Order: sequence, then structure tokens, then C-alpha cells
Amino acid sequence: MRSIWRTLDRGPARDIGLVCLADGVVGLSYGAISVGNGLPLWVPVVLSIVVFAGASQFLFVGIVAAGGSPVAAMIAGVLVNSRHVAFGLAVSDVIGGGWRRVPGSHLMTDENVAFALGQDDVRQRRAAYWAAGIGIFVCWNVGVLAGGLAGTVITDTDALGLDAAFPAVLLALVLPALRDKSTRTAALVGSMLALAATPFLPAGLPVLLALVGLLFYRVEKPALEMAR
Amino acid sequence: MNNTPLLLAAIAVFAVGTFSLRFAGPALRSRYEVPERAQQFLGAAAIVLLAALVATAALMDGDGPAGVARPAGVLVGGVLAWRKAPFVLVVVAAAATAAGLRLLGVP
Repeated sequence: MRSIWRTLDRGPARDIGLVCLADGVVGLSYGAISVGNGLPLWVPVVLSIVVFAGASQFLFVGIVAAGGSPVAAMIAGVLVNSRHVAFGLAVSDVIGGGWRRVPGSHLMTDENVAFALGQDDVRQRRAAYWAAGIGIFVCWNVGVLAGGLAGTVITDTDALGLDAAFPAVLLALVLPALRDKSTRTAALVGSMLALAATPFLPAGLPVLLALVGLLFYRVEKPALEMAR
Repeated sequence: MNNTPLLLAAIAVFAVGTFSLRFAGPALRSRYEVPERAQQFLGAAAIVLLAALVATAALMDGDGPAGVARPAGVLVGGVLAWRKAPFVLVVVAAAATAAGLRLLGVP
């Protein structure tokens, strides 16, 4: 794994470190919120290791803590995570083949997919994907455990503005790809559809609906030079 | 909520389901040769999903609108990113704007 750090430039490495840190703080709040809502400590801790998908975990714990059925919570969570199919198709050459596909798939998050797609060549892409994936996995799980143990110390990450930091992180990561006109049009149409559908559809579906925006996408100039 | 076996089973299915979704892409791609144009299309699909995630996370809170502080923070971060400001500044400015507005009582 040392080669990952040699391959990554200092700039991306620092950005990845920052996102890992921020994810750790959100993990802290996730652990604290879960335990604060009366769930035993093992629930957020186990979920974070075996599911490892922040938004869907918040949803799962929210439904269960509100007295909802764990089965309903599971279905909602899987729905929210369905976008990973498209991510997997886009970054499979970055993950690599053989045994790497198993940990590489488990480490797939919005953040490391966006980091990978933002790099220029395939070596940088691979390094960014794995470095961000491993870093976020470690920080997230440490954060969740610490937050769960600390209980109700940080339950309100909104006061720190972290709820605004996350969309901003993803926006900064996708902006370079949006300089391509056709990709931008597809993304704009898709986002509008997702926003309009949010009040009416269960969580997770509106974002998937955004794929309809691809009707406006034309493969001409490489939007993202997918290196082979 | 005290039904631990049911909770454990739901978590197990949740984990297996999520892993399967993540694994599906790489597994499919290893079996079929994907043409260059299709690869570009898949790359664009990932960007469209991420953009929609940004829009909904920035502007919506559950079923309704997210108030003012969060969209304002994301906007400040977005403008800075567009002007090619350092990533650290983008993140800190977005969080600080939202936190500052809330401190002033803006929802």
C-alpha cells in the first residue's frame, strides 16, 4: 500500500486527509446520536463496519430509533445505496481485479468515487480511490465508536455547519467534470428532477431518478477521459 | 426495538445487500468488454448521480426545503471551488458560513 502514497501528489493527499477528518467528525455524531436515541452501542458500531455507508446508516438508525421495523429500515437503507451500482460500473478499472475487488467494493463511497473521477491518469485515480477509501473507513469507524462511547457530546453537527460542508465537498469534486457542456446539462436536468421528486418519493429514489438527465448526454468529447 | 435477533438479521441483510450493489459494477465489467463510448457514458452517469446528491443534500431536509444556512454555505463553497480556491478553504468556508448564519439565528 506504500505505493499509493508515493503515487498521490501532495495536493490530493491533503484534500483526502481533510475529507477523512470531516467524515470522522460526522461518524462521531452518528455514534452519539444512535446511542442518544436509546440504541445499544453495538448497533452503530457493527453497522459502520459491515454496511459502511453514512447516509443509509443515518436513515436506518432513524427509522429503528423511532420505533419503526428493522425490516423497513433495511429496505430504505438498501434503496439509498443503490446508486453504488452506477459508481461500481464507473470505477471498476480503478478498483482492479482479483481479490482486490472485494475490499475495493466495500470501500466504495460517494467521496472516494468523486476523488478518483477527479484525477487525470489511471494510476492517480487508483491511488486516490484506495487512499480515500481506506482513510474514510478508518476515520468513520473510529469516529462512530468514540461518539457512541462519549454518548451525547456532539449530537448537533449542524451547529458546526458540517451539513453544508458535505455537499460542498462533493460539489468541489464534481465541478471539473461539469465543465463539459453535455455532462453539465445532464447533471442539471437530473438534479432538478431529483429535487422536484424529493417530497414525493422515499429516500434514495430521487437521486436515482436523476439518471433520466442522461437523455441529454451526448458522447462526443471525453467528459471524463476514462483512462483504460 | 428489543427484538435483537430481528435487528441482527436486518443488519445482516442490509450489509449483504449493500455489498452486492457495490460489487455488481466491478463484477459486470470484468465479464464484458465495455466499449470506450459506454465507459464515457458510465462516467457521466456517476457525475449526474453525485450532482443530484449535492443538490438534494444542499437544498432538501427530509421531504421539505433545508432552510437558508445550509444552501448558503454550499453556495459559498461552490463559488470558491469554481474560482479554484484551495479545497481546505472550500470546506471550511462552507461549514463556517452555515454555522455563522445559524449562530445569528438564520434557520
